[in-house]
Amino acid sequence: MPIERVLAMASAQVEAESKFEHHIHVCVASGCLSSGSDRVLQALRDEVKGRGLENKVLVKGVGCLGLCAAAPLIAVFPEGTYYQAVKPEDAPEIIDSLGKAPIERLHCPTDRPFFQKQNKIVLENSGYIDPLRIEEYVARGGYQALIEVLTEMSPNAVIEQITLSGLRGRGGGGYPTGLKWTTVAKSPGTLKYIICNADEGDPGAFMDRSVLESDPHRVLEGMAIAAYAVGATRGYVYCRAEYPVAIDRLDKAIKQAKKTGLLGPNVLSTPFSFDVEVRLGAGAFVCGEETALIASIEGKQGRPRHRPPYPAESGLFGYPTLINNVETFANIAPIIRNGGAWFAEIGTRGSHGTKVFALAGKVQYTGLIEVPMGTTLHEIVYEMGGGIPDNRPCKAIQTGGPSGGCIPARFIDLPVDYESLREKGSMMGSGGMIVMDDTSDMVDVARFFMEFCVGESCGKCVPCRVGTAQMNDLLTKIIDGKATKHDIVHLEELCELLRDTSLCGLGQSAPNPVVSTLTHFRQEYLDRLVETDEEAAS
Amino acid sequence: MSPKVRIKTLKIDGRDIGAREDETILQVARENGIQIPTLCHLDGLEPIGACRLCMVEVRGSSRLLPACVTRVEEGMEVTTKSPRLIRHRRMILELLFAERNHVCSVCVVNGKCELQSLAVALGMTQVRTPYRFPRFELDASHPRFVNDHNRCVLCARCVRVCDEIEGAHTWDIMGRGVNGRVITDLNEPWGESNSCTGCGKCVHVCPTGALSEKGTLREDAGKQRDFLPYLTLMREVRR
Ligand SMILES: Cc1cc2nc3c(=O)[nH]c(=O)nc-3n(C[C@H](O)[C@H](O)[C@H](O)COP(=O)(O)O)c2cc1C
Ligand code: FES
Repeated sequence: MPIERVLAMASAQVEAESKFEHHIHVCVASGCLSSGSDRVLQALRDEVKGRGLENKVLVKGVGCLGLCAAAPLIAVFPEGTYYQAVKPEDAPEIIDSLGKAPIERLHCPTDRPFFQKQNKIVLENSGYIDPLRIEEYVARGGYQALIEVLTEMSPNAVIEQITLSGLRGRGGGGYPTGLKWTTVAKSPGTLKYIICNADEGDPGAFMDRSVLESDPHRVLEGMAIAAYAVGATRGYVYCRAEYPVAIDRLDKAIKQAKKTGLLGPNVLSTPFSFDVEVRLGAGAFVCGEETALIASIEGKQGRPRHRPPYPAESGLFGYPTLINNVETFANIAPIIRNGGAWFAEIGTRGSHGTKVFALAGKVQYTGLIEVPMGTTLHEIVYEMGGGIPDNRPCKAIQTGGPSGGCIPARFIDLPVDYESLREKGSMMGSGGMIVMDDTSDMVDVARFFMEFCVGESCGKCVPCRVGTAQMNDLLTKIIDGKATKHDIVHLEELCELLRDTSLCGLGQSAPNPVVSTLTHFRQEYLDRLVETDEEAAS
Repeated sequence: MSPKVRIKTLKIDGRDIGAREDETILQVARENGIQIPTLCHLDGLEPIGACRLCMVEVRGSSRLLPACVTRVEEGMEVTTKSPRLIRHRRMILELLFAERNHVCSVCVVNGKCELQSLAVALGMTQVRTPYRFPRFELDASHPRFVNDHNRCVLCARCVRVCDEIEGAHTWDIMGRGVNGRVITDLNEPWGESNSCTGCGKCVHVCPTGALSEKGTLREDAGKQRDFLPYLTLMREVRR
């Protein structure tokens, strides 16, 4: 029986791991890999082998340990000691110190708020399991939720739990996931698709990459549960080609899951069948928009189309399609395991659960954090992020990438949830968070995002195609000190035009960085204006 | 036509109107003599909602909706003209005029151009947006037709008519955003295209002087579009 086989796999893995006295986890997610963590991993393995300690010390590559700024990171268990900026030459010293006092020189204290204030649901396995081994995922309770769903729950009961949890889409829009699943489940037809959106194009965002690199099976499990709930039989993960490590691990995870009978025909010997394929995006930001993404999988140009019909009704190849973000799917298994009510307890009234953020910019500790919804900006920036370097004042916090806005530092006590961010003219987006100090030039920031939109506009609709280019030119004119007050009026008119008339979210939200900086930092614009002829004459 | 189609009633600009449920706001408005400006739309081609000139207000929706791709709904209250809509439409036209090199006085379709007529109809008297003056080559390699990117508004009518009606799919759009442009085959000169049948449908659906017939000017360059609804009608009858 495949179910027993999976459970046996889990206990065998737990037993195998318990035989080692020491466990050394080396982060092999992209951030640390780029600092040479693969060489550190090799050096540690060689050292262990050289000393004949293979049966006492387990050295393995794991997913993201979080504090990417201190890469390469390793963690030593059972002590739970973290070492930062580790070099291959440090291997002997690290092996020497096992079971003794930590090495001061490399020590990365984990009693800081950066680690302590996190609440890991999506990232619960990150840094603990080897993403390339299904055994380790299963040993930490992986695929238990799928087994439970397939053997004990009706599709409706699954959707009920997701609805009860209050989970909202983590791809940016914040659409209630339970409601989306219901619409797809209710759409008539026997052929339905599941799509996992792993296009993650926001500049500076790497939450989804990290989840896929650290714990790919979690996403597959979420997709399989969704497929069962809505009656789908085929799934795609649409991942940008710039994520080779994530794609490789995902591919391997799919193969392992198929071999174990967790994907493919008659999953775990039940009537439920579900197959998953990876499709690569060619690096267009707009292909993260759901209708463009679907066109791209169909082999057409990645351009958004008018909705309705929504994908839930007519999606991939015209069939009902459920499309969710990586992080949304990563939340599914824990919700099923612990119940929707458990999830609904975490966070704020309108935003439940946690959110993963890529904390970047002018803070001491940058990296990946997962915090409960409703955590304040102050907690994130000053406690977890360790404040601004050189004790400079914080000026603004940018969230939501090119679709979001800059929240001025006077709102530092703002709780981070969907509604609060929107109220202040920004948005949750997919989880990028850039902290700016007083040296940041807000007009420049607005132009940075506008330039991004000019390059990424698909060009289908006129306001976005030409409007973003004109706004970018206007911002440049302001920065160059050649603009007058008329240009500001024109800029604001364009903001309104794009918001009101663009075809898709890219154009509709492209003005947000400009609008938010014009609202909160207007003086910076005004200071750069020159007089009009009439003003000069009077 | 399926006999099961339901009838909906709605209000457009305060008038009570009946419509089939599979009709768009634009279709129903035009049937009733209510004008909504359009550019990318052409009867007989699949609507794509790209130019955004046909945006209308619908009561209860904070967002504007494109009339050419929005289906009618029971009890809908549509406004096709308002200060906000007029402002936006003019601005979209300004953006189009500023995007490429629309020099009407030396254009083959001067006086017969849809972009020009829209500007007149919508009272766009000046372009406040700075002109972008991009540089584009002209493709005159085809024996009978010319493609002048300077006049193109990227409405994709040529792409659609060639694909949907002629079935050749010679045209496509290459590149993103303001760098997009129409191409024939795999970006080869039009004259060397293997797939082009030389039917000329693209020329006749082109709203501006971007695609034109060689040796024609002004009055002669007028475009004939009657063939399209006719062809579509024939196909529907056959079905
Ligand atoms: C321009 C644009 C880019 C987008 N990029 C992404 C993306 O990279 N990843 C993502 O999950 N959603 C992206 N979205 C949102 C998707 O269209 C869609 O709403 C989302 O994948 C739904 O999943 P969710 O409900 O789980 O959030 C983008 C939307 C727009 C308009
Ligand atoms: S006519 Fe509707 S968008 Fe162009």
